[in-house]
Amino acid sequence: MTAETTLEPVANPRASFFRRLPVVSHFNKSVGLQRFMLVVGLVLTGIFLLTALAAPLLAPYGFAQLSDADGNFPTQQEPGGKHLLGTTVGGYDVLSRVIWGTQTALLVIIVAVILSIFAGVILGLVSGYIGGWLDRILVVVADAIYAFPSLLVAIVMAIVISGGQSSLLGGILAAAISITVVFIPQYFRVIRAETIRLKAEPFVESAKVVGASNVRIMTRHIYRNATRTLPLIFTLNASEAILTLAGLGFLGFGIEPSSAAEWGFDLNKALADTTSGIWWTGLFPGLAIVWTVLGLTLVGESINDLNDPRLRGRKRATRKAAASAAPAAAGPGTETESSNP
Amino acid sequence: MTTLIDAPPSDADALLPSKKKAAGGGLGQYILVRFLLIFPTILILVTMVFFLMRITGDPITAAMGGRLPPDQLQERIHAAGYDRPLLVQYFEYLGQLATGNFGTTLSDNRQVTEMLTTYGAATLELSINALIVALLVGIPLGMVAAHRRDHLPDAVLRILAILFYATPVFFAGMLLKLVFSVWLHWLPVAGRAGTRTELSLTALEAPTGIYWLDALRSGNMAAFSDVMSHAVLPALALGLLTAGIFLRLVRTNVIGTLGKDYVEAGRSRGVSEFRLVTKHAYKPALIPIITVMGLQIAVMLGGAVLTETTFEWKGLGFQLANYLTARDFVAVQGIVVLLAVIVAVTNFIVDIVAALIDPRVRY
Repeated sequence: MTAETTLEPVANPRASFFRRLPVVSHFNKSVGLQRFMLVVGLVLTGIFLLTALAAPLLAPYGFAQLSDADGNFPTQQEPGGKHLLGTTVGGYDVLSRVIWGTQTALLVIIVAVILSIFAGVILGLVSGYIGGWLDRILVVVADAIYAFPSLLVAIVMAIVISGGQSSLLGGILAAAISITVVFIPQYFRVIRAETIRLKAEPFVESAKVVGASNVRIMTRHIYRNATRTLPLIFTLNASEAILTLAGLGFLGFGIEPSSAAEWGFDLNKALADTTSGIWWTGLFPGLAIVWTVLGLTLVGESINDLNDPRLRGRKRATRKAAASAAPAAAGPGTETESSNP
Repeated sequence: MTTLIDAPPSDADALLPSKKKAAGGGLGQYILVRFLLIFPTILILVTMVFFLMRITGDPITAAMGGRLPPDQLQERIHAAGYDRPLLVQYFEYLGQLATGNFGTTLSDNRQVTEMLTTYGAATLELSINALIVALLVGIPLGMVAAHRRDHLPDAVLRILAILFYATPVFFAGMLLKLVFSVWLHWLPVAGRAGTRTELSLTALEAPTGIYWLDALRSGNMAAFSDVMSHAVLPALALGLLTAGIFLRLVRTNVIGTLGKDYVEAGRSRGVSEFRLVTKHAYKPALIPIITVMGLQIAVMLGGAVLTETTFEWKGLGFQLANYLTARDFVAVQGIVVLLAVIVAVTNFIVDIVAALIDPRVRY
């Protein structure tokens, strides 16, 4: 998803710290449908996070557990009884694997996003600040990777890193690094563009005049100002990370079922079941993916819309009669309560 | 809209040092610069894939390791020249690519070029079908959402668009398969055509490889309907994913233009709402839409890999997954290079179209 981000101070600088927090300030600014979408997104994401944290308590069995005190689990058993969502062709409990899968997904998101912010921000700062041939080369390389199907980049990286099969930690790292390579260009672009803009600002020049080193200017003066849009890219990327992880797993480059539960891998195994009418092995891991991506996307989308005055529904406009609301709200948004000094 | 006016020099150039070279010229120079930019893009991707693949070892060990005794393995590696310095191999590979020689696959010993044309046609067919679905669904619904902004239809459509995006294409495919093939028995489960149709189509003289085109050319209506029934589900699965993106795109841009004065002027002259949305507001909104649609080609190719695997659609993506499992890196490299070329050329075309529509794009 290529989101157009407009830079605009999100919160009133005089408001309390709590009301200026990214999501809170967006919530206060939202109305009607937008608030509804933001709330739904937050609820879905919250449940995902809670499930991931409480997975050991919630899951009836381990993710790789094939038997209990009563003997081996039956294979491809219909939902109900001891196995609420049935069992897979390999004899795993579907519910347990769906629940444990949240942990894998969360770990991969965290590692991938942290790694790509780290690498992308550093590269963007350096490239934008120093400029010259280094900048040109980095831009061309980043554009080349950016233009290429991200899933294929991730596949190539997954082969390189793990050779295709992997343990829990290795698998999560491999998946996360593969996704990182896809995302670095995005962070790189945003930070580089911001850095170039900020480089011309008077406060950078004055820092130079008083003798600040390049590193200090980059880390103190530019970095602080260039990273305002990161929360937005973060939420949009987190949902893309889930989809990439699932895609990798579906093609057989994910994590082995004995080392972690991964939804994409389970869907891969369930593909053959579908033809014989066995729906429960694929449906539930798939719904888990949709749930998580939907939650993260709704949050990211809402923040994006609320940052863009043209797309933001305005409180006064919605109070008017419904008939006149549409054309009135579509006008170029100028009254942004936040940007007044 | 006139298309041959030189772009006025703008301050944006000063902000984009890397683009300075492209500034100031007319359309011809802009096209030339964009065209030349295709080559570094392809070269970078080819270089990356080549060296990344070689980090994991040579293709022969990867494909045959464990299945051949070590001395025979060494012999084959030597015969194929994989024990020479990496840089020598790299430049030799580049030289081969320049002459259109992609090598021979390791796992099934086919010419990579032949493999690419055979399966490329299948992927092209799938992409065209999916694009048709995406355009038919995405653009009208986007207009409806923009017109009924902040009302119930808009709310439903926006949530639908996000839902399309949030559903992985293989999960959507699986659900479609389950409902329409397994439960309702309306459509075939997988593949591009029935066995008999496939045989009759490959027996044709100079087949294009695009099945519905071949069936139409031969006038075989039974084959045509068979091919079509196979095409519906994969096209829906891949098309709906893209339709969600198109819907949002059309909605956002049409909302932007609906607020313009000339739309209001049109309304006051008594132009119908339908005409306002589909003509007055939609046309100026096309520029960003076309640009993003071009970028969607890359997303679609990635999605095609997953769709083809889901539906056993024997195209590039399906083969890519197979070759990856077989660790046939020669074939994988070939496919990746072809996709890189497609992406680079598409981006070039999109840039040119955008520049033709709107002179301001050519800095």
